[in-house]
Amino acid sequence: MGDVGELNRTEATELLTTMWTIRRFEEAVDDLFARGLLHGTMHLSIGQEASATGAIAALEQGDYITSTHRGHGHCIAKGADVTLMLAELLGKESGYCRGRGGSMHIADLDAGNLGANGIVAGSIPIAAGAALALRQRGSDRVVECFFGDGAANEGAFHEALNMAAIWKLPVIFICENNHYGMSMAWTKAVAIDRLSRRADAYGFPGVTIDGNDVIAVKEEAGRAVERARSGEGPTLIECLTYRHKGHSKSDQNLYRTREEIKQWRDKDPTQRFARVVIEAGLLDAATADRIAEDAKQKISTAIEEARSGPDPTLVGIEDETYA
Amino acid sequence: MPEARSITYAEAIREALDGAMASDDAVFLMGEDIGVYGGAFGVTTGLLEKYGADRVRDTPISEVGIVGIAVGAALVGMRPVAEMQFSDFTANAMDQLCNQAAKLHFMYGGKAQVPLVLRAPTGSGTGAAAQHSQSIESWLANVPGLKIVMPSNAADAKDLLTAAIADPNPVVFLEHKLLYKTKGEVRTESSSGGLGRAAVAQEGEDVSIVCWSAMVPKALDAAGSLKDQGIDAEVIDVRTLRPLDRSTIVESVAKTGRLLVVHESPLTGGFGGEIAATVTESDAFDFLEAPVKRLAGMETPIPYNPGLEKGVVPQEEDIVKAAVEILAG
Repeated sequence: MGDVGELNRTEATELLTTMWTIRRFEEAVDDLFARGLLHGTMHLSIGQEASATGAIAALEQGDYITSTHRGHGHCIAKGADVTLMLAELLGKESGYCRGRGGSMHIADLDAGNLGANGIVAGSIPIAAGAALALRQRGSDRVVECFFGDGAANEGAFHEALNMAAIWKLPVIFICENNHYGMSMAWTKAVAIDRLSRRADAYGFPGVTIDGNDVIAVKEEAGRAVERARSGEGPTLIECLTYRHKGHSKSDQNLYRTREEIKQWRDKDPTQRFARVVIEAGLLDAATADRIAEDAKQKISTAIEEARSGPDPTLVGIEDETYA
Repeated sequence: MPEARSITYAEAIREALDGAMASDDAVFLMGEDIGVYGGAFGVTTGLLEKYGADRVRDTPISEVGIVGIAVGAALVGMRPVAEMQFSDFTANAMDQLCNQAAKLHFMYGGKAQVPLVLRAPTGSGTGAAAQHSQSIESWLANVPGLKIVMPSNAADAKDLLTAAIADPNPVVFLEHKLLYKTKGEVRTESSSGGLGRAAVAQEGEDVSIVCWSAMVPKALDAAGSLKDQGIDAEVIDVRTLRPLDRSTIVESVAKTGRLLVVHESPLTGGFGGEIAATVTESDAFDFLEAPVKRLAGMETPIPYNPGLEKGVVPQEEDIVKAAVEILAG
């Protein structure tokens, strides 16, 4: 605690702003859902803000990400407009996907976000493919591929990691190990002690880190990004983290204890980072509090704007199936 | 007049790949054993030497990876042409094909495009048995977002593959193995009119035989035999199942008053049902002089024994017999 590495005040402000924006966004949509103002389902990443924020902070303009069903954080960290995200969750024509995609399918291609994905591990080969295309075009851009512990047991994970390895593709595989694939504890789903060991099987580096330490995530991702950019191939980073909320809106939390949830709430990455930067003297307490408050206000304003957007109609919808 | 040359269906596919790669750097090939080996059926022979290993990319035996990597590459502007060594193996890659490639454009509100082609040798007749011989078009025909092309001759194979590679959508291009060595004239200029256009392979007045892929040459042979019996059959080559050129089919049946649909895949749930329904729901219904007839594969996996293998899918004589029965009322 207290070690901020080479972080400066501007970077600290940016990281904390992103983390609070993700947190406030998800608290707000959780509330909208509870009040019956959002339909369908959603997967919240409250408690996992550090992995999305830290990893994406290591990217440069023009780099890409692929995301997951639990993707609000990745999307915000990659620079998405929260009003357009909220409009999408509200099913509005003015949303990122014109109300066709919803929470699980937000893409922001202009910002380099190749999309959230509703199929576990579905985006892992896609990330490798984008990386292959970048390589073929002689670009030095890289792709960060986010997925959860559950995805590491899908065939798509293994095929894509192997192909990324043999072709030394510029992709960073970021496993957000939040301890559960829906209800199944990750330790029951594999017979190894670290998911990062999977990288050994494919011949590239794998590392397990504290995924609730945004500085550690940023530094580790930075090394992997550098490796990818310089043509040395992929890296697998396992970020140990925890989702405070259930898997989705149907979750009764029958598979874990209140004590366990409390333990991890005490390790909340966003509050922890705020404490760290205050202790290190990078930000004063009032500034840190204002960042959190500003994020809340920003989301409130965005909700009002998003709710006023038009609803989509069925007119011409079949013509949209094809480009 | 453009020059006409006679080449095989496999050569026509290779010419389309070669032409697309020569004219667009974004086009590249990937698949199992497509490089030095030239593909399981030799279709990509010589392309590795011409374009190098980056653009004629041998892959591990990883169908999910192949299709998924093609999706990702297509999303950022490449035009991958991926190969499934046999169409049966598409089963391994169904998520990437049907949940990813087919849906991303719509699901992401029109912002994403997935211009990929998935080539796959399909169909029976090579003694390769149940897991290397089936016809998969009906699996895919119910997936909005995919286009499905099944050429029956060399000229269409070249034209339609060229159009498929240029298309901004995911296209499944199913090549019948029994057609690879068949020869036909190709032209230097396209004559197919692009994806989504059926062809009147032979004009006739008495019965419309609607078919695709390897059933087309069989239907044309059958039409020759029927001619000897005084029956003037029209043969419609559907060519593209998605999008389906319904009007050419409807117009033909409105003219002949009789419909025989022929396909190699099993009857139940087969695409012939879609053709039959298209006609019975259309104005052509009023012109029908006989019940619609479907002639299709039997309800089995493709068997190994050569007699059985041939017996479970429609042959020329089956088509003749079915047409005669329709005419007999």
